[in-house]
Amino acid sequence: MSRISKEISKTRNKFSLFSKLQKDRKLGPDFWTEAEEMLIQADVGVKTSISLIAELKEQAREQKLTSPQDLTTCLKQNLKQILSSSERELNTRGNPAIWIFVGVNGVGKTTSIGKLAFWQYSLGIQVVMAAGDTFRAAASEQLEEWAQKCNSILIRGGEGADPSSVIFDAIEHAHSVSIPLVLADTAGRLHTKTNLMDELSKIERVASKGSGTVAEILLTLDATTGQNGLEQAKKFAAAVDVTGIILTKLDGSSRGGIIFAIQEEIGIPVKYIGIGEQSQDLIQFDPDDFVEALFDFPLED
Amino acid sequence: MFDTLTDRLGDIFGRLRSKGRLSESQIDEVLDEVRMALLEADVNLQVAKDFQESVFSRCVETEIHKALNPAQQVIKSVNEELVSILGGEALTISFAEKPPTIVLLAGLQGVGKTTNAVKLARWFKSQGRNPLLVGADLQRPAAVEQLRTLAKSIDVPVFSQDSDPVTVVSQGIETARKTGRDVVICDTAGRLTIDEEMMQEIRQISDAIEPHYTFLVVDAMAGQDAVNIAESFHNQLALDAMIITKLDGDARGGAALSAKSVVGKPIAFASIGENIEDFEQFHPDRLASRILGMGDVLTLIEKAEDAFDEEEAKRATQKLISGEFTLEDFLDQMQQLKKMGPLENIMGMMPDLPPGADPSDVDESRLVRMEAIITSMTVAERHSPVIIDGSRRSRIAKGSGTSVQEVSSLLKQFKEIKRMMKGSAKPRKKSKRKGANKRKKSKPSSRVKQKSQLETPDTGTIGEFDLSDFGTFSN
Repeated sequence: MSRISKEISKTRNKFSLFSKLQKDRKLGPDFWTEAEEMLIQADVGVKTSISLIAELKEQAREQKLTSPQDLTTCLKQNLKQILSSSERELNTRGNPAIWIFVGVNGVGKTTSIGKLAFWQYSLGIQVVMAAGDTFRAAASEQLEEWAQKCNSILIRGGEGADPSSVIFDAIEHAHSVSIPLVLADTAGRLHTKTNLMDELSKIERVASKGSGTVAEILLTLDATTGQNGLEQAKKFAAAVDVTGIILTKLDGSSRGGIIFAIQEEIGIPVKYIGIGEQSQDLIQFDPDDFVEALFDFPLED
Repeated sequence: MFDTLTDRLGDIFGRLRSKGRLSESQIDEVLDEVRMALLEADVNLQVAKDFQESVFSRCVETEIHKALNPAQQVIKSVNEELVSILGGEALTISFAEKPPTIVLLAGLQGVGKTTNAVKLARWFKSQGRNPLLVGADLQRPAAVEQLRTLAKSIDVPVFSQDSDPVTVVSQGIETARKTGRDVVICDTAGRLTIDEEMMQEIRQISDAIEPHYTFLVVDAMAGQDAVNIAESFHNQLALDAMIITKLDGDARGGAALSAKSVVGKPIAFASIGENIEDFEQFHPDRLASRILGMGDVLTLIEKAEDAFDEEEAKRATQKLISGEFTLEDFLDQMQQLKKMGPLENIMGMMPDLPPGADPSDVDESRLVRMEAIITSMTVAERHSPVIIDGSRRSRIAKGSGTSVQEVSSLLKQFKEIKRMMKGSAKPRKKSKRKGANKRKKSKPSSRVKQKSQLETPDTGTIGEFDLSDFGTFSN
């Protein structure tokens, strides 16, 4: 079993919905309702779930599928298909390559930066961290602790400093000492706040003017988030050139089903997933594993 | 502006013609749409189903009111049911006889516990209390520092130490006793409900200090799983209330309904921004509208209430009826309307636009020009437009940057309106039927119409007029 399935189901010992359904050898009318409900409960969203089931019904007719097992396999295929994307790797082109982390409050941007820095550190690569969250109390201190863990260089500004300049300084510093990667933190912000979204656009603009390449703008998304995740993705993608998603807190009981709608409607792929609070709890996203784990999740009694 | 429930119900009722009661199947059809809206608002599936059942009976029993269309009637019932679930008994904080009163915060990672611990401290201070904050999140890097930095800004002390959470909270309570602090607010680490070790830890923390109040902090954007999370925390800790955070976003907030349904304890506070002052007592009616997707309607009502002085409106109405309404009065009304914000936004917020009406069609510049014209008049001219001869028209046109033609047009139309409105009040009925002239206090969803309705105290509505009645400035 892959690490993700192991991690995610380690405390689970309950029956999953689909095991229950698959036990039925015949296809009852309940199957469609329950399948749709399973998707909704995974935060896939009403509209998307309905269309997925409609598609499945069509396929059942065309391919003459009658067993719950066959239909489940078919549904899994359809879901995996939605998530298939070639751009799963993190782009490291640039001198330095700059990865900017954006997202709403509390999703795990700073922690994800720490984990990525740790990963690089384990490969013998030192990174520069930019403390671009100049708003939240002790945000730089939080990043500082991670920097110490991974022997990263932390560039920070004073309280209330302009995030664009902090990030710019970090880029120039990395360039001057030939460090290949800059991880830029930004303050969490609700996508409904126009002035804050404008600030983000400015951050991207200024960073692009520096000596490196903005190789990734990673939207950090909390797996606990419901349908608002789609709205978040839309608004952030409108403000900056989001290249990928880091889906965090997948070690919890939430399934993160909103990523299907995000992939379909906006085309942004999930690149990495967070599965815990420790340094090594970040792994590359694998759509097959993700979909399999979706069907493995337990049904609350 | 997203597809509102009222839009979709409007479609259904376009097809159905209801007289009197709605049939059960019609109600079902409507409630199916309501359930969809709830699911889209992240209300848990089971909670949404249960809700549909409980509100069904309320709908069946309600007779269709002649003044409301069936869609509005159902929404009214649904809204009422939502408000009653979300509201119910409010939380009253009674302070411990032997201080300190102990408050414990719990929740998932990233929901806003630390920030809200400080917000709570500030709230207690405003109640005349002397709070102490305890930083028991020893897990997340710089969590205690964050607490300290925030607390400093409101002059509240923080206790923490480099030991373990259970020891920290116990010591924190002791410190509070010794230093005469009468409220202790304990921040804890975010934790997953499926993490048995961490759930045990919060249980131990709670057992060690026996809090008077345990709050679950819930993120407004949480999805379907919120119900399970709330349930787990409740089973472990016996929650007293909840705090919903990040309501300043546009998440519909269905998670709050789910959590409330399963926990059965009040939602005490709403956090509505990142600043410490952005904290208020929870309003169930506002969240109900938001979950249904009708939040904008409430905003509109509030804005309207702020902008329109009822007394002034009554006076203006009286004048219209008696024929005394002047251009001055009209200017006043337009300026009141301006206070509500850009017209396009206001129209966009209304759920009941007539079919084909497009908020972007509204020509706000027309109103601006009208306002400019009237402002360029002297007071005498506004009160007696009959004196506005050719040379005055020229002057006014020049002063307002418009044309003599536009000025004439405005005057002509205003005259027409006055003529139409004069004496247009319905004649008073002589018979003294019980409750004939009583106006029921209208609930928000039925108060907003796309035309403004003028009321006089005694004669009820005199009819409707809207801004398009003032015609267009055609050249």
